[in-house]
Amino acid sequence: MRLDVKKTYKLFIGGKFPRSESGHTYELTNPKGEFVANVVLASRKDARDAVVAARAAQPGWEGATAYNRGQVLYRIAEMLEGRREQFVAEIRELTGATEIQANKEVVAAIDSWVWHAGWSDKVDSVAGSMNPVAGPFFNISTNQPTGVVAAFAPQKSSLVGLVNTIAPIIVTGNAVVVVASESLPLSAITLTEVLATSDLPGGVVNVLTGKEKDLSPWLASHQDVNAVDLEGTSDPVDLEIRAAETLKRVIRPGAFSRSGSLGSLQQILAFMEVKTVWHPKGH
Amino acid sequence: MFEYAPAPESRALVTFQSSYGHFIGGKFTKPSNTYQTISPSTEQVLAEISTASAKDVDMAVKAARSAYEKVWSKLSGAERGKYLYRIARIIQERARELAIAETLNNGKPIKETRDADIPLVAAWFFYYAGWADKLDYAGFGVNPKAHGVAAQVIPWNFPLMMLAWKIAPALAAGNTVVLKPAETTPLTALLFAEICQQAGLPDGVVNIITGFGQTGADLIAHKDVNKVAFTGSTGVGRLIAKQIAGTNKKVTLELGGKAANIVFDDAPLDQAVEGIINGIFFNQGHVCCAGSRLLVQESIQDELMKKLKRRMETLKLGDPLDKNTDIGAINSKVQLDKITKLVKLGVKEGGEAWAPNCEIPKKGFWYAPTVITGVAATNTVAREEIFGPVLSVLTFRTPAEAVAKANNTPFGLSAGIWTEKGSRILKVADQLNAGVIWANTFNQFDPASPFGGFKESGYGREGGRHGLLAYLKGDN
Repeated sequence: MRLDVKKTYKLFIGGKFPRSESGHTYELTNPKGEFVANVVLASRKDARDAVVAARAAQPGWEGATAYNRGQVLYRIAEMLEGRREQFVAEIRELTGATEIQANKEVVAAIDSWVWHAGWSDKVDSVAGSMNPVAGPFFNISTNQPTGVVAAFAPQKSSLVGLVNTIAPIIVTGNAVVVVASESLPLSAITLTEVLATSDLPGGVVNVLTGKEKDLSPWLASHQDVNAVDLEGTSDPVDLEIRAAETLKRVIRPGAFSRSGSLGSLQQILAFMEVKTVWHPKGH
Repeated sequence: MFEYAPAPESRALVTFQSSYGHFIGGKFTKPSNTYQTISPSTEQVLAEISTASAKDVDMAVKAARSAYEKVWSKLSGAERGKYLYRIARIIQERARELAIAETLNNGKPIKETRDADIPLVAAWFFYYAGWADKLDYAGFGVNPKAHGVAAQVIPWNFPLMMLAWKIAPALAAGNTVVLKPAETTPLTALLFAEICQQAGLPDGVVNIITGFGQTGADLIAHKDVNKVAFTGSTGVGRLIAKQIAGTNKKVTLELGGKAANIVFDDAPLDQAVEGIINGIFFNQGHVCCAGSRLLVQESIQDELMKKLKRRMETLKLGDPLDKNTDIGAINSKVQLDKITKLVKLGVKEGGEAWAPNCEIPKKGFWYAPTVITGVAATNTVAREEIFGPVLSVLTFRTPAEAVAKANNTPFGLSAGIWTEKGSRILKVADQLNAGVIWANTFNQFDPASPFGGFKESGYGREGGRHGLLAYLKGDN
């Protein structure tokens, strides 16, 4: 009989797979209480490293053409489709879901990537404008990514909630540091293997596993984070107050549904800034 | 230089009451707990103004709620729009009176209130009037809903214009409002209350309460407020963002700025000089989007500074009611002290301050237009908002350095670019983290054009379709 080669579950920061600098892990069990894996318990230093990686990657990702970003997101869907069985198995192992249930979640996640991919080069057509000002001026409003976002994936979803958290942030050129569900982190970690093979530049998505409560105060008050998505947090009021110190954009829990294959344009726009440019017309 | 004979606008067109109460439920309350509002150019008392207590705030919010439930939310968009059109027309009819009143209470030159502030106020109401029956096209799907009661707190730098930016989109979207003007400039808001009466606006749709910071805080904290809109300092914006944490209140914040006005070596210099002057000395520099950091390419610094100083010599400071006045009074003693302190600090930290030799009136609050050269990016006058007629000058060598320096601030409200090269404008505009970018122009405003900042300059937009969305509930 051959012994399985088991996977070491690690973090995903700057396109690499480090262990926590703290060396801490926590034990993950299935609904029957049986051991599944030791998962990295990310420290606040890991969170800071992830923000640095996100900041470094963001301008290049924003500077990529919308067509290119759309293709990368579509590529993520392709890679996820190819690994569908692995995700289904992991979801079933950790949650006890039936094959049909688990498959439904993975399919929704794949389709959500496809839905979001198509938005990259359409956001400004729908949400930008040429403004008819009362004077001889060219005046245009476009949307620009906010920058670096710290996001907390929903706690009760393995994959689709995470995808519906990451995709609307990165499709327009933001970079994200996302904290996975504490009890359901396996899909998040496996998703990083998909991301790493999808032509997504390292650092655009950084995934931390561990305790939301340990990480969220540091990310919400981090000076170099522009927006926080508080969906999967347990004390959002405290975090909103911390975020207010640097006037971060705050997405309160429950603001958007994250369980389906269709996202929300408003969620995409929540991580964008409207920029208006004026120029005289003359001569 | 030419000498100008005095050309004062008559103030006979404006009559203030000796004292004002709050405008709640369509009527003025009895004046209570009053303070004096003055003209900052003469320190003359213009009227007694009431300070709203928490109880007054509650009355105003109740009036707004009742008007929302019983009247305003039941009106069709077309009918709401007609009220706004009426208001726009009455503002046009009373434009000169409002301009004089604004100049008296704020201290800004009559040519600005007459040619910029008040025309924009009318335009804002006219623009949003047309949205009221077209909300299906705003971007939130068919039949979007209003929030309900909006609490709006505005600053003293553009008193009636800020009121228009707040009230016009709020009413068009179907909200009712309680608005608090700044403590030093309440008079045009109170005249606006009369305009609401003249327009026959249903009682309680617009409520105006006056007072200080505590009144504003009480209003924003009120449990029955659904939407908060604030324009003012980043410090207060931060407090508001904390105050509303954990509530369902929606908020838009228009806060401070420290805009870079970037002049490249191929810029049309004479036009750039006019843009720099307009960027920092318009409204005595009491402008959140003022071009307060001049970034000039090193090779043209000497020539530009020579032209700029020559132009500054021609600026006329004095009686704001004089039609030839370029620079009026600083709005308050508090603000004057702040400007004075910051400029002193700028010099202490190594900058060199220069101001033209202009006569300062004996009464009132005044500050000569000032330029500080030799400023380093780390100096206080390059980082903090001065909110006065003070320009800090920094230099750069390459476009990349200009962008890096321009973005090196927690603010992100506006920026200026001066160059004849179109491709450079487009690239630099892409790279600047600011919500409004003026290329080869500065300080242009229009109700059709969204305005608002990145980063610590706040969130949300005012103006245009985007400004309307802030007053509607988005679908998920």
